[in-house]
This record gives sequence, C-alpha cells and structure tokens, in this order.
Amino acid sequence: MINEQRICIGCPAGCRLRISGEKNNLEISGNRCAKGAEYACNEINDPRRTVTAAALPDQPDRPCCPVKSDRPVPVAIIGRLLAGIYSTPVKLPVKRGEYLIRNFAGTDINVIFTRTVN
Amino acid sequence: MSDGSFDIIEVVIIGGGAAGLSAGRITAAAGLTTAVIERDSCAGGILNQCIHNGFGLRYFREELTGPEYAEKAAERATEAGCRIFTDTTVLELSVSEPGNGKYKLKKILCCSPEYGVMEFFAKSVILAMGSRERSRGNLAISGHRPAGVFTAGAVQRLMNINGYVPGKEAVIIGSGDVGLIMARRLSWAGVKVKGVVEIMPYPAGLPRNIAQCLEDFDIPLHLSCRTMRINGRHRVESVDIAPLENGRPVLNRAFSLSCDTVLMSVGLIPENELSKKAGVALNPVTGGPVVDSRLMTGIDGIFACGNVLHIHDLADYVSAEAETAGKHVIEYLGGKVKRGEIKTLPGAAVRYVIPGGADPASDNTFYMRSAGVMERARINIHQDGRLIYSRPLKYVKPAEMLKIELPQAVLKESHGSGVLEFSLLAG
Repeated sequence: MINEQRICIGCPAGCRLRISGEKNNLEISGNRCAKGAEYACNEINDPRRTVTAAALPDQPDRPCCPVKSDRPVPVAIIGRLLAGIYSTPVKLPVKRGEYLIRNFAGTDINVIFTRTVN
Repeated sequence: MSDGSFDIIEVVIIGGGAAGLSAGRITAAAGLTTAVIERDSCAGGILNQCIHNGFGLRYFREELTGPEYAEKAAERATEAGCRIFTDTTVLELSVSEPGNGKYKLKKILCCSPEYGVMEFFAKSVILAMGSRERSRGNLAISGHRPAGVFTAGAVQRLMNINGYVPGKEAVIIGSGDVGLIMARRLSWAGVKVKGVVEIMPYPAGLPRNIAQCLEDFDIPLHLSCRTMRINGRHRVESVDIAPLENGRPVLNRAFSLSCDTVLMSVGLIPENELSKKAGVALNPVTGGPVVDSRLMTGIDGIFACGNVLHIHDLADYVSAEAETAGKHVIEYLGGKVKRGEIKTLPGAAVRYVIPGGADPASDNTFYMRSAGVMERARINIHQDGRLIYSRPLKYVKPAEMLKIELPQAVLKESHGSGVLEFSLLAG
C-alpha cells in the first residue's frame, strides 16, 4: 500500500500531489492537470529527471557549452549520464539542438546542446 | 550609428536580457527603429548561465533551458528588425535639451571595444537592466573574510559559463531559487551540499525546486535558522547556525556545518544606478522606478520593465511585462495621450502594487506581493472606501508574485477617480 506525497515539478505551480493505492492502480489527488498524474505515477514506478550540465569546449577561452537530455532520464542512470557528458570532448563551433551524445547506452536518450557557441 | 552620426532612434532599450529582448521584439515588429544595448558579449543576460530547464512554458509554450530561451528571444527580436549592440556598456542616461518636436530626446552615452565612446539619441527609452544579487555585505554575518564565499549567481556563472567547480563541500545561505538550483548543480558536479539555511519559517524558492533540487539529493533545509558566523581565516572552514525562536537565535541549540564554500542566495536588487542618475524616482519598497499605468517612469518617455522594475519569479513573467511595456511605447510614440489615470496603493498585508496607476479606459494588469503567508486569502480592491473587486486566493506568500487582471468594466462601473487600494484578507 502506497501513501506518499510529492510536489509536482512539471511547472512552476508546484502542485502538492497525494499518491495512494497499489503500484499498478494508483490514486492521485492534488494535481491540477494531467501532467501531474503522469508525474505521480512515474515517481512511484520509474522516477525520471531532465538532466542539464555544461560541457567543456576544446578552446579554453570560449564559454562552456550547456547541454540537456532531450527527455527525462531514469534517476538511477543520471550519474552515468553525467559522467558521459563530462568526459565527451566538445569541438567548437556547436549549434543549439545539435547532439553531444546520441542514444546514450542504448536508452534512446540523446544529449543536445542548448546554446550556440562559435 | 557606427560612424558617429546622430540618427535619432525611436526606442533604445538598455539591457538585452529577457525583458529587453521581449520589449524590443514588440517595438521593432511595429516598425519602430529599436536598439537593444547589452554589456555582455552576447544577448540573453542572466538566462545564459541558467542552464537548467523550466523556462518558457508560458512565453514560448514549450519547456526550455535558460540559454535556449535567451537565444530564441534574441532570434525573434532580430527577425523583427531589432538591432542588438553587444559588448556595449551604457555609462549615462540623460534627457537632452532641446527636444525634437514633442519628444524631449533622451541621450544614451555608451562605450564598446568596437565603436569606442558613442551616443544614441532616442525618442523613448525602456529600462531593462535587470537586477543584481544581495551579497554578504547586505547581511550581518560575522567572521573573517576567507576565500570561498560567493553569491549563488556568481557560482552559477563560474560553473556554467567558465567551467570551474568552486569547492568540495558547500553550505547555501538563503533558499532563493538560484540557491536551490545551484544545490542540484553542485551535487551533479560532485560537490557535497551540506545544507540550506533559511531565516524565514518557509522557503523563498518555488516548491518544485525544493523537491527536485533538495529532496532528490537529501539536502537538509534548515528553516527558521540564522547563519551566525562564517569561520576560516584563509578559506572557509565552517559556518555556525542557530535556530530562531521568537526572532532570537537560541545559542544553546546552535550547530556548525563544515564546508569550504558558502553560497548566498538571499534576494535580488533591481539595478537602477543609471535610472537614479537620470533622475528617475524609485519606489523604496521594490527598489525599482515608480511607474504609471503605461509602465512609464516619472520622466516622460522613459519606461521600465522586468527585474529592474520589480523582482519577478519567472523569466516568462518578465517577458510578458516587457511586451506590455513595448505596447505602451508604441502607443506613446503614436501620440496617444493618457487621460484620467487612477492611482494605486498597497493596503493591508500588501507589500507593493505595480504599476502605480490604472488606466480607466482599458483592462489593467497588476503585479503585487503579499507581506506574509496566508491560507485561503482574499484580494480586495477598494476605491473611495467602496469594495469594487474581490477574489479568493488559495495560498499567498511573499515569494510568489500575485497577478491581478482587472477588467475595464469594473472601473467603468465604479465611476470613481479615487485611489485604488489593494489589500489581502486572511480566511
């Protein structure tokens, strides 16, 4: 029997979610939209987060290249993904939307640049 | 402009962050010559160092990171015909005599490595300089002055733009959103965050940031606690923290957290040095200019929007307000004259209301902050002692800006011209 509370991270409203019931049959209240219910289910069964980081470029006088995962990442593999980002060399220039990492460890998760750095 | 000629620009916007770019897009799209002046080497302001996601849900209708928001806003402004001068610092803003027809020209003195010292003359100016962080000097924390004490935003820049990690173990003073975001950023970079210390009984940042930046990493949040002392002579070694009871630190329950780095996330101050020097009157509560219903300051033709006007919770709100400012500039330059402005005033439990005036001939949007936490509150607007508008609010706290849309009909029906007083009522 699950009886948990979460704050939804889907948007700045930060709904206070109450989650009860069984893993495959959850009852969710406190959400103001469908995203909240989906988030609550994922929190119990498969918690995920969007990962953002800054990758170091090959030219030390240029700013870092910010990146994000193009979809939420299972919490258990965030550390591995970060290690992957930190150890992947970046060759300038990069454009917003281009890939730093494709299909990370067979998960379909891509890491993309979020800023154009020349 | 680059050859030193004195073209008169219709709109000069000081600051190329979320506010400046959003306002510039609107005025340029209306066909007004628009120049955005940005001191950094690229447009976007502080968004460029906010590499986390959560931006843009309202303004762009998609979830973006700060740099994406910045780049998109800059692209849209440029596409609309707005010219962005980067690496250009405004040194002085003044009203120049004589005027050009009905507009007194504003002189914007600036310098850049590319053009040297130059002057812009503008029919209108939008102040969009944003804000800066409160620092250790704004708090009374005793102790030595060791290395390792930063504002949260400074660490954000060091890590996300310059690629440095500031230390190994950190304590964060203040629970503002930048501090919370940095707690996660530090954790993901391998820095141990030992705790967040908040003097108030509730966190200053958004609930979702408490969840995803502290709870995800089991970082303790010490509410109602005061940082008494930062220890360490050369480098930070620890901070002393005491819980508060009735506003007084309880020293026999004080504790220490060892760390080599301290981040301060204790609020933002609108950056109004240029405004002050130009003679723009400021509101002592917000730290931003006093503005009328058009977001125009006390100086004719100088407008303000974004964090320079008052501190916003979200970049999206900044952009929305900046677009409103842009629309008012278009009307102003189109010759629209203001009629029958009604003043606004903060009443009980309200810290401030922006803008300081309402236009009885149109819908009005007000931004306000409460003076305290209230559950099931009610916002009331009185005019000449009569209640003209009332709305329930679920939950009110100072950290969350309130937005009130007042339909034109309300002011039309009230027939009054007296001051609008905004107050919050509990229960």
